[in-house]
Amino acid sequence: MEPILQIKHLTHTYGVGTPFQRSAVEDMSFEVREGEFLGIMGHTGSGKSTLIQHLNGLLKPTSGQVLLAGKDIWAEPKKIREVRFRVGLVFQYPEYQLFEETVYKDIAFGPANMGRTGAELDRCVREAARLVGIRDEQLDKSPFELSGGQKRRVALAGVLAMEPDVLVLDEPTAGLDPAGRENLMANIRDYHRNKQKTIVLVSHSMDEIAQNADRILVLKGAHILMSGTPAEVFARGEELLSAGLDVPEVTRIAMALRDRGLPIDPAVYTVEALERQLLALRKGGAAC
Amino acid sequence: MLKDITLGQYFPGNTVAHRLDPRTKILLVLFYIVALFCAQGVVTYTLLALCLAICVRISHVGIRQLVRGLKPVLFIMIFTGVLNLFFTPGGRNLVEWGVIRISEQGLHNAVFMVLRIMLLIMGTFLMTYTTSPISLTDGLERLLNWMKRFHVPVHELAMMMSIALRFIPTLIEETDKIMSAQKARGADFESGSLIQKAKALIPILVPLFISAFRRADELATAMECRCYHGGEGRTRLHVLRYEGRDITALCLGGAIMVGVIVMSRFGL
Ligand SMILES: Nc1ncnc2c1ncn2[C@@H]1O[C@H](COP(=O)(O)OP(=O)(O)OP(=O)(O)O)[C@@H](O)[C@H]1O
Ligand SMILES: [Mg+2]
Repeated sequence: MEPILQIKHLTHTYGVGTPFQRSAVEDMSFEVREGEFLGIMGHTGSGKSTLIQHLNGLLKPTSGQVLLAGKDIWAEPKKIREVRFRVGLVFQYPEYQLFEETVYKDIAFGPANMGRTGAELDRCVREAARLVGIRDEQLDKSPFELSGGQKRRVALAGVLAMEPDVLVLDEPTAGLDPAGRENLMANIRDYHRNKQKTIVLVSHSMDEIAQNADRILVLKGAHILMSGTPAEVFARGEELLSAGLDVPEVTRIAMALRDRGLPIDPAVYTVEALERQLLALRKGGAAC
Repeated sequence: MLKDITLGQYFPGNTVAHRLDPRTKILLVLFYIVALFCAQGVVTYTLLALCLAICVRISHVGIRQLVRGLKPVLFIMIFTGVLNLFFTPGGRNLVEWGVIRISEQGLHNAVFMVLRIMLLIMGTFLMTYTTSPISLTDGLERLLNWMKRFHVPVHELAMMMSIALRFIPTLIEETDKIMSAQKARGADFESGSLIQKAKALIPILVPLFISAFRRADELATAMECRCYHGGEGRTRLHVLRYEGRDITALCLGGAIMVGVIVMSRFGL
């Protein structure tokens, strides 16, 4: 299948010609396949937010290309809005973008900009609200009366309502409590499974990425450090740790066990897989 | 695009221009402005331009940044230039073409007026580029200290100014972020009629105001938590002290100002 997004030798430099000039993204190339769940992780300042703002044309590459379904998104700068409708981007702390009088109107902002009206608009809004677990009676409230977590959901719904082919999320769970995190991730997972849409998730939480992503991209200092399936990436746990990144809880336990001499494959990143390995070891009668 | 606003931006460095006492720099800029407004002819203007060039050289501020600072006042400069060019009578007429008439005096005035504005802006910007907003307001407060005797709330004004300066970049950054977020939802700020454009600002202004009020609230709480109660009895971490270089700079600046004033008396 053709990749839905192709990023070719993308470089972005901030503050060209000032003393503050620096490259936040340097010569990155990768693809996002249709229907996959791609996780992006990296240290603070490694260029994650900068990178994903290129995917919907909010930032223009200093050099390099972004192809959406095979077409350069900057081929026709006038049509960049179409790209933004197809690649929905949810920013870090999106709750600060709410502005309308009611939750309903705020969610409707995106689809209304797309030109949707009447029954279709109503359908998008209600469906998006349902996807993120906003109840019907909350739709008529002011978004500013909601709690932080609820505001976050409204903001997410505002992008989901545009029904983008690719949903890009920048640390959607930052600053939420554990239950809120799990809830929001479940919403995103459901959306991915039920609608078969492509998802790009930027996160600092290894566990979140390990549990959800089909493929992982690891950034370090404006470059791609690794890319591959979770098993491939977490198998290089030591490298991740030395890059200042974390590994999932389970992988860390596996690494510690292996350091104590147990023959454990360090590429495990789910509790089930580790359990299976440990049970197999016990059956094999190893010193445990 | 919003990032192009360099007003009050500080480029850190460690040159003599950076290390001068902020009071010295404020006074020097004042001298410079006085001299600029007294300057009359080619000699004095050249001298003042040269002074600026030397200061720019010393400060390691890129000439490109300095020129970029002129962008916001470009309109005023063009307006002044055109106005002076066409509507100053006096001297020989260089061009006569229907109602359009450019006199010798007009050309002279136009060139010097535009030069004056340019030098003025660049001189002031050089100060803000080499002085952090905090030390700038610090210097201003110390310079205006004598006004306290007349019950002018100098400290409060200086505090307000430093808070405002501190939050300009933050608010610009925030505006940028909110704009991006709304653009991601298909907001269109560029096309449409004037009314449509004004309406398109609502999705930016509402979140911006909300966050500005939130920040103000948080800052007030934070200040109160640290027992801020105005300027009364407040001591400083960095006490400003004039050094040898400040005295040298002030003497030099003063001499140039006096020189320019004297020279302009002779029409130079
Ligand atoms: N608007 C901007 N202007 C100038 N420099 C910027 C801008 N935005 C980001 N940078 C710089 O680019 C680098 C990458 O920033 P970016 O926001 O992409 O990092 P990130 O990986 O998203 O970090 P975090 O995990 O903290 O969100 C940083 O060093 C940052 O200082
Ligand atoms: Mg980020």
